[in-house]
Amino acid sequence: MIKKEVKSIDEAIKGVQSNMTFMLGGFGLCGIPENCIEALSNSGINGLTCISNNAGVDNFGLGLLLQKRQIKKMISSYVGENAEFERQMLSGELEVDLIPQGSLAERCRAGGAGIPAFYTPAGYGTEVAEGKEVREFNGQPHILESALEADFAFVKAWKGDTAGNLIYKGTARNFNPMMAMAGKITVAEVEHIVPAGELDPASIHTPGIFVQRIIQGSNYEKRIEQRTVRTKD
Amino acid sequence: MALDKIGIAKRIALELKDGYYVNLGIGIPTLVANYIPEGINVEFQSENGVLGMGAFPFDGEEDADLINAGKQTITTLDGAVFFDSANSFAMIRGKHVQLTVLGAMEVSEQGDIANWKIPGKMVKGMGGAMDLVASADNIIVAMMHTNKAGESKLLKSCSLPLTGVKCVKKIVTNLAVLEVTNEGFKLLERAPGVSVEEVQNATLGELIIEGDIPEMNP
Repeated sequence: MIKKEVKSIDEAIKGVQSNMTFMLGGFGLCGIPENCIEALSNSGINGLTCISNNAGVDNFGLGLLLQKRQIKKMISSYVGENAEFERQMLSGELEVDLIPQGSLAERCRAGGAGIPAFYTPAGYGTEVAEGKEVREFNGQPHILESALEADFAFVKAWKGDTAGNLIYKGTARNFNPMMAMAGKITVAEVEHIVPAGELDPASIHTPGIFVQRIIQGSNYEKRIEQRTVRTKD
Repeated sequence: MALDKIGIAKRIALELKDGYYVNLGIGIPTLVANYIPEGINVEFQSENGVLGMGAFPFDGEEDADLINAGKQTITTLDGAVFFDSANSFAMIRGKHVQLTVLGAMEVSEQGDIANWKIPGKMVKGMGGAMDLVASADNIIVAMMHTNKAGESKLLKSCSLPLTGVKCVKKIVTNLAVLEVTNEGFKLLERAPGVSVEEVQNATLGELIIEGDIPEMNP
């Protein structure tokens, strides 16, 4: 068994530098690598390109890196809910590349799967298609989208083992599995780490081969963005 | 009387067919889930990674790891399943989802849709909307017929950046149900008490009126 566990967050993010490209899992605030984001915020590095479906909220998630102007460019599909983000984007301080959510997911998957590019119908006829090759398949136009890779991918899982195998909970899975595949170094933080052999091999979502470092996370806030409830009659 | 948002949702719910997998967008489309006709079994897909979405949780039972694409806390029904974002959009692009309902800022008489960006004003991103409209065979737009300034949202061509081209099949507004045809917006039904003239006055794109137009019968 190849041992992947690291014991400190400093060890987990060792090697991160300014001007690198990072992938960060999560959808909204669900399934984001809270511990790694906090460590990156404290690290002082900047000029980062961050690939993440969303950009957090003003004081949580990637909003923490935005507040400190550590991010140079965001690659995302949806960036509402963050006033500081909007301010930096409209003032030109922050470069933003908005891409369709399914294309973002597939571009990450492709990056990890050795597929340099693929055709998709999403975005044809819109500004997303500008400058991209168009080709017809079965009479329908498609655009060529390229794979995405990152120097580091930071992902969050519910449970993991010391071999780096990961299991996600509920909808906190989202972008984490594809980003784990596409990082040159993938750092997984988990709520529960167990010795290799304890997880059912058939129930693992991300095989440990995609994960270089795994760390037992702590102090999870798991903030809810839109608390919607019904009342018992 | 023109429909309210609930009325629009109730009318769209009549489009649900037994066995459909359905993706509902944020806003009015989300309300459709509350009015599933009796005897019809459908499953709701949310593109952040869940099929078999149920109602909102009871107060105190919210789970931060269980949300829909609108980032709202949800519950799941028997038979529900979680999956990653790539798999989710494989379901969408691969046409495994039979009906997509979404909101719009503008729709053109060719079926083009704009709903993600107002240049210089609102730039939040397209989320999954471009993938959804590019692939779905059956797209219904749920929206008000006019914007807050009273201007028609059913146009000859969209003025805002497009989300997709020639994709919308049907539109349900507070005033009418319309089908997008090669010749323009074909008026199918009027909201109760709304006249054909009122629909015409609120529609800038080509409106096709053939014979008597019935009132909606929700």
